Amino acid sequence: MAKSETITDAKKRYQSGVIPYKQMGYWEPDYEPKETDLISLFRITPQPGVDPEEAAAAVAGESSTATWTVVWTDRLTACELYRAKAYRVDPVPGTGPGTDKEAQYFAYIAYDLDLFEPGSIANLTASIIGNVFGFKAVKALRLEDMRIPVAYLKTFDGPPTGIVVERERLDKFGRPLLGATTKPKLGLSGRNYGRVVYEALRGGLDFVKDDENINSQPFMHWRDRFLYCMEAVNRASATTGEVKGHYLNVTAATMEDIYERAEFAKELGSVIIMIDLVIGYTAIQSMSKWARKNDMILHLHRAGHGTYTRQKTHGVSFRVIAKWMRMAGVDHIHAGTVVGKLEGDPNMIAGIYDTLRDTHTPQNLEHGVFFDQNWASLNKVMPVASGGIHAGQMHQLLHYLGEDVVLQFGGGTIGHPQGIQAGATANRVALEAMIQARNEGRDYINEGPKILDEAARWCTPLKAALDTWKDITFDYASTDTPDFVPTATPSS
Amino acid sequence: MMTNIGNRITQGQFSFLPDLTDEQITAQIKYALKNDWAVNVEYTDDPHPRNTYWEMFGMPMFDLKDPAGILMEINECRKTFPNHYIRVTAFDSTQGWETPRMSFIVNRPKEEPGFRLIREEREGRNMRYTIQPYATDKPEGERYG
Repeated sequence: MAKSETITDAKKRYQSGVIPYKQMGYWEPDYEPKETDLISLFRITPQPGVDPEEAAAAVAGESSTATWTVVWTDRLTACELYRAKAYRVDPVPGTGPGTDKEAQYFAYIAYDLDLFEPGSIANLTASIIGNVFGFKAVKALRLEDMRIPVAYLKTFDGPPTGIVVERERLDKFGRPLLGATTKPKLGLSGRNYGRVVYEALRGGLDFVKDDENINSQPFMHWRDRFLYCMEAVNRASATTGEVKGHYLNVTAATMEDIYERAEFAKELGSVIIMIDLVIGYTAIQSMSKWARKNDMILHLHRAGHGTYTRQKTHGVSFRVIAKWMRMAGVDHIHAGTVVGKLEGDPNMIAGIYDTLRDTHTPQNLEHGVFFDQNWASLNKVMPVASGGIHAGQMHQLLHYLGEDVVLQFGGGTIGHPQGIQAGATANRVALEAMIQARNEGRDYINEGPKILDEAARWCTPLKAALDTWKDITFDYASTDTPDFVPTATPSS
Repeated sequence: MMTNIGNRITQGQFSFLPDLTDEQITAQIKYALKNDWAVNVEYTDDPHPRNTYWEMFGMPMFDLKDPAGILMEINECRKTFPNHYIRVTAFDSTQGWETPRMSFIVNRPKEEPGFRLIREEREGRNMRYTIQPYATDKPEGERYG
């Protein structure tokens, strides 16, 4: 059993000089986290020669109060409270001696609630991922998961709309929503761009979407895009009798520009706007506040996340980003498809979707979820599945992702051989047929292809879609997979 | 006449499928009951996409657990309002939801004339849009033949 090595004699502890973090009080194996503590789980790859507890203590220190040397000014504060405490270090299964990977460790670190400013993702992240990821004593570091105490969650407003109210506003229940991203994403004029939006919405989609890098370029000024897209949305609504929407991307260089674009979207009667993750946490929280005030659904594209979420040994898990974004308050977030063209292990995606949609997410190591998380009645975030999916996968999409999700078929709508409307219709028919079959109690995951074929008999667009894409799969190994050893249940 | 696919309004879960048979409706009701959702029957002759409150054909059937009984209510509503839109909604009362979980149309007027789009041109190139069902030019109850 690991023991605390903290120097308790104050005179010795605060002598000038450098002592190991373990001895400073950042490694407390007997510590029992309080209900109000925030707990971070890091995957640490220590530098050669650094023992895992010291590495964990160093991470705790550098993400809370420590600096590299002893400072007497600690003694002017309740420093023991403010020190983050590493309290548990477990070897990562499948790493270390006897394997082909260098040793990695899961370190559990508890932080007192008073270390963080209420309602500020910027402040939370400045502590937890501020300096420590460049710290020399660790070779690599990844933030795997985080338990947010209810007391802290209650200082955040969360999603301005949430799944329940979004559905009520759109009058769409009991099935995934359907979307598409306008393609080609760059180069279309406003007039041509709106054509794609109109065709897709009229054909049966609920939403069309700007792509992450559609802002205001020489080929299409943002006001032009907004005007033509809203013409398309309203025309489509009038020809179908349904509420329709287009995510108008308001991402811009400054907050002033972002607000200006959002206000214009509101003036035109859009139900939804969109921002990119790259605008930053503070800008996201500002737009969440704006969206809440203006009854606007807020869509977030996770542009840029792959730079730090994908590699297993270093960065921040997307599960954690998903938690932060639920706190910051977005209504939609791209969260993986399992079967499409972008990274996504089914277990990890399940963990992320649960994190976004549950009222209480139970610990599930197989899904990469290390902690029980009570969501304290924060609204649910609608996950968005986008990238390389098509109608022929409808049974798998429903099985893996459930019904509270936006399925975005960009190429799978616009690339349809009979045109965009036909592409949209194929997706909508496939979806409704699959929901009907599921509700009827059919084994839709195994009978999926048969259910689609049955519908394709009376729906030519669906038949054409199935014929075009039936063999398209993206079968690559995932890089981000869970590391856990199932706990054996003792037989009684 | 509407010119979109199916020449019909596409609200609800199953508007892109052929009209559900009584047997298929029963299967959906069973799904709602299995989930402990209360089924409600509503009708209207104003299909505006933001017309939220269709008239209730009685109260939500909180205590009726027999799908055949619920189908009877639906057919009763169809008999009374053969040329109205009728939808079946299922309400979930659990915490975190407390909202409809299903909604699908089970009856429509024979002909659906659709919607007029009114554009009000404003300063700059700004536009204010209004959608109006052609049917609502006439008073309630006289709209669909």
